[in-house]
Amino acid sequence: MDTYKILVVDDEPDLEPLILQRMRRNIRSGRYRFVFARNGIEALARLGEQEDIDMVLSDINMPQMDGLTLLEQIPKVDPNIRSVIISAYGDMKNIRTAMNRGAFDFVTKPLDFKDLRHTIERTLKHLIEWRSALASRDQLVMLQNELDVASKIQQSILPTRFPTTTHYDIFGAMEPARNVGGDFYDIFTLESGHLGLAIADVSDKGVPASLFMMSSRTLLKGTAIGIPEPGYVLRDVNDLLYEDNDAAMFVTVIYAVYSPASGQVTYANGGHNPPLIVHTDGSSTLLPPIGGLALGVAPGIIFPQDTISLAPNETLVLYTDGVTEAMNADDEEFGVERLQAIFAGTPPSNAREATESIFDAVHAFAGETPQSDDITCLSVFRRPAS
Amino acid sequence: MPSYDARNRKGRTVAISTERHGSVLAIKAEGRIDGSNAADFLKSVEGVIDQNDTGVILDFSDLNYISSAGLRIILLIAKDLRQRSVMFAVCSLSSSVAEIFMISGFDQIIDLHADSAAAIAALQ
Repeated sequence: MDTYKILVVDDEPDLEPLILQRMRRNIRSGRYRFVFARNGIEALARLGEQEDIDMVLSDINMPQMDGLTLLEQIPKVDPNIRSVIISAYGDMKNIRTAMNRGAFDFVTKPLDFKDLRHTIERTLKHLIEWRSALASRDQLVMLQNELDVASKIQQSILPTRFPTTTHYDIFGAMEPARNVGGDFYDIFTLESGHLGLAIADVSDKGVPASLFMMSSRTLLKGTAIGIPEPGYVLRDVNDLLYEDNDAAMFVTVIYAVYSPASGQVTYANGGHNPPLIVHTDGSSTLLPPIGGLALGVAPGIIFPQDTISLAPNETLVLYTDGVTEAMNADDEEFGVERLQAIFAGTPPSNAREATESIFDAVHAFAGETPQSDDITCLSVFRRPAS
Repeated sequence: MPSYDARNRKGRTVAISTERHGSVLAIKAEGRIDGSNAADFLKSVEGVIDQNDTGVILDFSDLNYISSAGLRIILLIAKDLRQRSVMFAVCSLSSSVAEIFMISGFDQIIDLHADSAAAIAALQ
């Protein structure tokens, strides 16, 4: 049982032995501990010395500092201490003043110890609830801070400038879920003049997941600069992420190398949704499974790679499951069929159009249904030869 | 106040039920496992596994959806059981859940079975 410390303030010396005697059961059981003071000044001194005082039981009329003045001083010491005032029977004026100054309750003289015990218990119950409310508020603030940090990390690693040349244009966007997911994409130029393209989804939320996202992105980029083969890049990144990954976090990723001159795309798949190729007539092809596993799950994994060719006016669409698993009010998933239907008859004429039409379609489908995962899309459009 | 996450408006927790076949424990999970309840799901699974179990089966016949946060929990369970030399299998995946296992590549690292009878036979 928790022990509660009660400061009793009264100038009558008889009160101390009386309380100790009448409350002896509660003292013996460990529920109450009493400390005593003879006036407001002494009371403030006790509060200063003993930080574990939970409540104050104070008389009103006392020399040096009276109970009403003490009431005003207590919140300055600790706003979470609750006070109960002892007043003369029928002294409504002082009781009113005490209540207005923040007293939690009052008891009247001569003291009825049954009523006093009841009043103390009621006060402590309030105090316990108040403290637990404060604790949950603190937790909420902490959680919110953590989510803010996670969200800032995520936003900071997304490229905001998209390369555009006569050969191609690129456009990516990420719409974070309210409770922060772990999507990201990346675009970088390789030594060969080819483009490295990545889209990824980290398995968890919060700061640890954001840090995992950070290392995934850094390791991927760092590895890709030195290795031209996407399959080998994912193999190395996977082994690096697997080390010390006790939290069993993982990231699904498509890593592709795009050759602007030939339109060839060589890619490997780390357990991610298959890329989509939108053809010039608006029909589209979901690239078939080529094997692979989410990164960070198991060591020594071989990642097969495949090469496809992007024809002029065709678009490569990389996306995360936030697109295909977006839900509507009827609990239906957006799904791959609806994704492909976006372009049926209306092929995009640039990457921005492709990405934005996907977002528009998902928004229209989901309606008011809250988004529960990040929605991310990265498109590459091969421009017709000029 | 509207539900925070509509996906879970039919109840946030994953209901589980268990069945024992000798020293093999079959755990049936119902509904969906996602970021909002994955941690609780892990706790309830850990709570029902007995020290003496030699095999654990997750029966997903009544599971409609699993997110990547849910897959992470499966991975944690698999790793923990492997360390204790307890056999582990997942069975009766619906087509949508099977697709999630396939896309992520988890079908290659988790022992999957068509139904609980096959899983029990494999683990006994």
